[in-house]
Amino acid sequence: MNGGPDHLIIAPILIPFFAGALMLLYEDRRRRAKFFISLAATVALLFVAIELLNRSKGNELSGGNDIGFYLLGDWASPFGIVLVIDRLSAMMLVLSSLVAIPALVYSAAGWNRQGQHFHSMFMFLLMGLNGAFLTGDLFNLFVFFEVLLAASYGMLLHGGGQLRVRAGLHYIAVNLTASLLFLLGVAIIYGVTGTLNMAQLSKLVPLMAQENRPLFHAGAALMGLAFLIKAGIWPVSFWLPLAYQAGAAPVAALFAIMTKVGIYVLLRLSMLMFGTAAGISSGFGAEVLIAGGMATVVFGFVGVLASQGLGRMAAHLVLVSSGTLLAVNGLALAGGGAALLAGGLFYMLNSTLATSALFLLIEPMSREEGGIAAMLALTADAYGLDEREEDSQPEVGLAIPGTLTVLGLTFGACLLVLAGLPPMAGFIGKVAILRGVLATDAVSPAVGWAFVVLLLLAGLATLIGLVRIGIQTFWAGDGIVPRVLALEIAPALALTALMLVLTIKADDVLRYMRATAEALHAPAIYADGALGAPRAVDAEPEEEE
Amino acid sequence: MEIVLSAAIGILAASGIWLLLRPRTFQVIVGLCLLSYAVNLFIFSMGRLTVGVPPIMPQGGFVNPTLYADPLPQALVLTAIVISFATTALFLVVIIASRGLTGTDHVDGKEREG
Repeated sequence: MNGGPDHLIIAPILIPFFAGALMLLYEDRRRRAKFFISLAATVALLFVAIELLNRSKGNELSGGNDIGFYLLGDWASPFGIVLVIDRLSAMMLVLSSLVAIPALVYSAAGWNRQGQHFHSMFMFLLMGLNGAFLTGDLFNLFVFFEVLLAASYGMLLHGGGQLRVRAGLHYIAVNLTASLLFLLGVAIIYGVTGTLNMAQLSKLVPLMAQENRPLFHAGAALMGLAFLIKAGIWPVSFWLPLAYQAGAAPVAALFAIMTKVGIYVLLRLSMLMFGTAAGISSGFGAEVLIAGGMATVVFGFVGVLASQGLGRMAAHLVLVSSGTLLAVNGLALAGGGAALLAGGLFYMLNSTLATSALFLLIEPMSREEGGIAAMLALTADAYGLDEREEDSQPEVGLAIPGTLTVLGLTFGACLLVLAGLPPMAGFIGKVAILRGVLATDAVSPAVGWAFVVLLLLAGLATLIGLVRIGIQTFWAGDGIVPRVLALEIAPALALTALMLVLTIKADDVLRYMRATAEALHAPAIYADGALGAPRAVDAEPEEEE
Repeated sequence: MEIVLSAAIGILAASGIWLLLRPRTFQVIVGLCLLSYAVNLFIFSMGRLTVGVPPIMPQGGFVNPTLYADPLPQALVLTAIVISFATTALFLVVIIASRGLTGTDHVDGKEREG
């Protein structure tokens, strides 16, 4: 870098923003043009994210952590709004574009015809996601959260129908309330500390006066509650299964990363503000995260066992993944060590890709009568659903041969990852978490063992549930082969291929996660990097003359 | 002034929460509105209560910051108002759609039996 502002950092926000705005100018009938604009934008996002990821690895001089920063409006760092990119943000950016591209391709097979402005909302959702991953300021985080939520309201309602409107009503009400809690927390934190800059907050927490601490903790807890609602922690997760089940397939696939935004923010803020360097406040909220995470895992795997349809089961699998990550976050906050957190991050990568692929498989698997489709119809009756109108129109496009084989193999790969069985990457992530839990002495052995047992039970429940659905669809079906378009199966295949790559390259990925986890344990790296950001006017005064 | 403001925030929040837990969609949206008013007033009060002082400081020279109001919460509250206004409008559309599709204004889309 030559000292000037690094405009690449803001690109993950600007690309989807301009693409989304541009597509509003097109008529909705010009789907092909819109699809290609979106595809170009998401592919560009992926390349930018990979470039940022490579940069964030830094070099020998920077100790393997290169914090990038972007001062919006060129205001000096603690006063203006700042975008920060470190290893964790870069990883989340890559993950969000990896999930977005398959979902977008899948939607081209027909879902983008079911309602208006699908592609624009898709882009605005990505903009909100990327902004939330990049921002280094609490209020800006709120704004990006609202951008992504507003887009997600529209996406959830995409396709219409009574079930979606009902699920959307609950989803919006819950999220509006959570946003108000978020605002309350932000206001209290500002009232106590006088800053909303995450880096400065992390510096201020150890120095805070004793009488201010309870109020600060209350603010942090209120804000944390808002993110926990979004991450789907147990007592406040009842909105999640219905919303994920009701969403159109590509929407649900993209939503697989939405719970991860809540987890990302919790991880980032808790490690920054209440990490080991935070003095008396160190480890605040760790018990809540551990207990809540484990309760969520229980709720999730009981839900998986009780689900009749694949959609409902996939939604509960999202909960299992969230719960595991929240508990890992809590354990790391309590001093569980970098190895544990690295395993958790690896697990997050896998489980997000696998749940996303699963959501894309649901519709092709249940297309024709028989097997799971009959059961889905039964549950649909039980829930008082109308016949879905959108499926009645004739499909056009290239159908693939050997449909059941391809579907079955992809489904099997997702199953292996989610259940954490040996050949796939899910196993590696789970083993890394388990080893971390067993090696740590930060929590009492009883808690550690309880988590180990729960994690293994959740894997078993996932296996039982998914195998049951697989047998009904692929073995006990009545022989009618569903007609599946290549466009519909390719995204799931691509996600499966990605999981295979993760398995083969697990060593490299784990090394990256390990360094990420270590950087998270040393909040000073982030805080110094973000606060030391030089302004562009100071950096290049010669150009004026 | 403190007691009036805190009472106002408290009453708005309490009414908002009560309405939020009601089964009719219209009650829910009014509850959300009241709750967002309470939150906005709360953000505003986090810049400390002052009467009749400007938020903008003159340029240059020494300025005594105690003679000025904190401008940041005022800016934050504006953003929060705009955002909650927009999301409330969106929610209203969903509520109307739900009423049209289900024929009832119950939040679950169907009346409870009995």
